[in-house]
Amino acid sequence: MSFIEKIFTDLSEIHGDRAFGDDPAMYCAMARFDGEEVLVIGNVKGRTTKEKIFRKFGMPDPEGYRKALRAMKLAEKFNRPVFTFIDLMGANPGLGAEERGQAEAIARNLMEMSRLRVPVVAVVTGEGGSGGALALAVADRVLILEKGIYSVISPEACASIMWRDASKRIQAAVALKATAQDIKELGCVDDIVPEPGEGAHENPDEAARILAERLHLHLNELKQLSVEDMLAQRYQKLRSMGQFYTEE
Amino acid sequence: MSWFRREDNNIESASEKSVRTEGLWIKCEACDQVIWRADLEANMMVCPKCGHHFRMGARARIDLLLEPGYELVDLNLKSTDPLQFSDLKRYKDRLAKAQADTGLNDAIVNAIGKLGEHSVVVSAMEYSFIGGSMGAVVGETIARAADRAYESRHPLLIVAASGGARMMEGIVSLMQLAKISAALTRLDEAGIPFISVLTDPTTGGVTASFAMLGDLNIGEPGALIGFAGPRVIEQTIRQKLPEGFQRSEFLLNHGFLDAVVPRKEMKAYLERALSFMAVR
Repeated sequence: MSFIEKIFTDLSEIHGDRAFGDDPAMYCAMARFDGEEVLVIGNVKGRTTKEKIFRKFGMPDPEGYRKALRAMKLAEKFNRPVFTFIDLMGANPGLGAEERGQAEAIARNLMEMSRLRVPVVAVVTGEGGSGGALALAVADRVLILEKGIYSVISPEACASIMWRDASKRIQAAVALKATAQDIKELGCVDDIVPEPGEGAHENPDEAARILAERLHLHLNELKQLSVEDMLAQRYQKLRSMGQFYTEE
Repeated sequence: MSWFRREDNNIESASEKSVRTEGLWIKCEACDQVIWRADLEANMMVCPKCGHHFRMGARARIDLLLEPGYELVDLNLKSTDPLQFSDLKRYKDRLAKAQADTGLNDAIVNAIGKLGEHSVVVSAMEYSFIGGSMGAVVGETIARAADRAYESRHPLLIVAASGGARMMEGIVSLMQLAKISAALTRLDEAGIPFISVLTDPTTGGVTASFAMLGDLNIGEPGALIGFAGPRVIEQTIRQKLPEGFQRSEFLLNHGFLDAVVPRKEMKAYLERALSFMAVR
């Protein structure tokens, strides 16, 4: 969220999924990026304990994903680029989330984002946790901060399933190869964004400046393409993702 | 002198006399009825007493749905273990064991053939192969089924049975959700039917991608279908989950399945749906 506030101006929030409610863990806004009209989406973790509980530690419910999709459709209609910012452990696991179709909401976003007719640039700014992160990261360009991680499952959950012992989370984290560098080598992100010093928290302004520069770069590249070429490239990228197999 | 006298002391031991029954009889998980395996198989792996649907292998499933003469395809892909993953066992060893046990290269079988009078492409998941989990091979194989459907303009049927993404392939397995969803989007744009059949269990990344994206999403009775597993939710909310939570009927009630169809009626239902969807 602090990245969003530092990079964009004139933020006007869009609330609600028009079906069930407004998810405080998901933030959508009309914004200006160096004067250009864009849509910004990001999950919100909250800073104080009280706010963290209100924001559900940044874990969206189905209505959060549906709000994000509704906002993206709005951006598509008015031909505005979409930026998404991701830092979440995963989608919210809970009774209500299941009742309201967490899986369907995520699946729908994967499908609709793959054919959205405007440029989409996604950034994993901290933790990219599983399907809950992917539901905002089907994009023309996926960026990850240098110290970010992106994983199919949290190291804690992986340890408790595979080692049957949650305290083996360090081993699990290593085995999962979830660092930005690993993910880039596996071809699952397009670009790693450097962070100042030991990490973005040391100098948030500088971190935001570096990120904004990269966002400009990628958006400008995408704007060179016709919509059809952009969609064809996105499809090719998704279709050839993670090809780790042999054919006998 | 007693009236009865043992002629000799050679008593046949019980073990020699007994007939081997192991594997011939199966106890129903739902009603505890003991069923003769042949009866169960003749009844499409559905308990004759209580109607409980047993899990079913991918090849048996295809055999049930398609007319004789179908062809199994895309069976040649094998995982290359992209993370060199190892937990208590090496992933390579787990793969080798699953391959030996199932006779398959991975948890998926594609087939092309006829369902009634309709030419279709079927992709069926194999739960007994590492929990039907989805890694690069499952992802690519399903995407190829979608490609076949796209090129032939024949409807696509995916039978899901999976615990979700395959942890041992890390982020690569997560990307398969995006890959398959993109391939299905292309089918959707081309107006080609896709029916998702959800069987026990369908959870995690499989539910959160293709299994929920059918033109119709059809569940088998009593199948566990959800995003987060029941244990994860129980740990999170620290209370017992209600009876029937995340079962097919629960999803039907909440509006996420188009129908819950018993196995015996599944083929007839699909035929009917394919007639409705036939490209005119």
